[in-house]
Amino acid sequence: MEQKVEPEVVVVVTDRSRPARAAWFFLTLAVFCSFTQAATLPVDNVDVLYHRYDGGGMVIDGPSVLVRKSAGPQVSVTGQYYVDTVSAASVDVLATASAYTEERTEYTLGVDYLYDRAIMSLGFTNSSENDYEANTAYFTVSQEFFGGMSTVTLGYASGWDEVGQIGNSNFNEDADRRNYQLGFSQVLTRNMLVGLDLEVVTDEGFLQNPYRQNRYLDPNDATSFLYQPERYPETRTSTSVAARAIYYLPYRASVHGEYRYFSDTWGISAHTLELGYVHALNERWSLEGSIRYYRQGEADFYSDLYAYENSQTHLARDKELSSLSGTTLATGAVYEWKQPSLPGIKRVQVSLLLDWLNFDYDNFRDVTASGSYLPGEEPLYSFDALVTRASLILEY
Amino acid sequence: MSKSTIIIPLLLVLLVSATSGCSSVKPWVKPYERDRLADPVMNLSRHGKADSYMHHVYQARESARGAEGGAGGGCGCN
Repeated sequence: MEQKVEPEVVVVVTDRSRPARAAWFFLTLAVFCSFTQAATLPVDNVDVLYHRYDGGGMVIDGPSVLVRKSAGPQVSVTGQYYVDTVSAASVDVLATASAYTEERTEYTLGVDYLYDRAIMSLGFTNSSENDYEANTAYFTVSQEFFGGMSTVTLGYASGWDEVGQIGNSNFNEDADRRNYQLGFSQVLTRNMLVGLDLEVVTDEGFLQNPYRQNRYLDPNDATSFLYQPERYPETRTSTSVAARAIYYLPYRASVHGEYRYFSDTWGISAHTLELGYVHALNERWSLEGSIRYYRQGEADFYSDLYAYENSQTHLARDKELSSLSGTTLATGAVYEWKQPSLPGIKRVQVSLLLDWLNFDYDNFRDVTASGSYLPGEEPLYSFDALVTRASLILEY
Repeated sequence: MSKSTIIIPLLLVLLVSATSGCSSVKPWVKPYERDRLADPVMNLSRHGKADSYMHHVYQARESARGAEGGAGGGCGCN
């Protein structure tokens, strides 16, 4: 695996730790979703996915394979293998270092236990990169009641990460994380489901990217700027609340909508709104489309350009902490085949999904833009990306 | 003690209290009336891991995190 184009450059990586830190989250969400139909264990299946993200100078792709197998009527076991192969030349990388490639590998083991109208789940995941190790243990319980019309889900996850730095063998930091989930879903009518979710996440430890830097005006030259290391708070607590609804139309199709509000102790608040439509063409084919809008404010300590060196306690120019807005247009086609003539296979589902994403930053400037600009007068940064997902699910 | 360790149990108590008062209300959508709810077009996570992957994409590029899943089921269809 090629690590860096210029090995002598220590400040290389900007986008690598976030995916790793998100790994545990990705897992717990998956578990959360798998409990949406409580009191029935998920059917045995193989879920194979090829994913590709291409945009903003980043190309990230790889496979994911999940196998689920029941062990008796009350127990179901899952194992998952997931890979991100990263080729990075984003604006953050190009501003202070050089392009790189790397790989992240993730393994998950989980077990679900059905007891009466409740399902309990326990699992562990490990995500590994050459400079980041993420571990997560989770426990979830989901209980169905009121004649199966209501479901409550409680989840807890604990994560402990080890943060390293390429080129600095003495660098070794920890980041710990806990999250608490509460979900409620309700059948309203024979055509409509609604859901409410609450999630609180607390972080403690080294929460910044060891490679990323921020900039300040050069005191000796007003036409240029200098870089200094990031300095984040060592704790963060966030709260998200989401409401969702899905409605079955008079013909075989559905519309769904969702709103989420987010707030954290770094002063960031965000709104997410999504609307989607699924249309069955016939017994086997269906098409879908959705639009998603996201908007966030910036962290209290964020600045694109500080007035002078060490001008405040916490310093950040991580563009994900800037105020920004994002729009996604998504489309997909699904082929579903029940009772196929394949031996041992009960159902086949093949999906091709395309998502176009656009992000516009309100206070993050592109220092790599061609032309001559005074500090703080560079054009604002924006980028778009195409996400491709090809999925095969075999139920057996 | 952090604020979250107080809020979560409090919400649970409120939820249990609210639902315990529903004993006189019968489930108004019978199991045999849930065929539409069981249709795959009504499943918000019908793509399995492909759906989880998109949460991962957004978490890496946005500050917001959490409360992405959970709804879309509980229909007792099976």
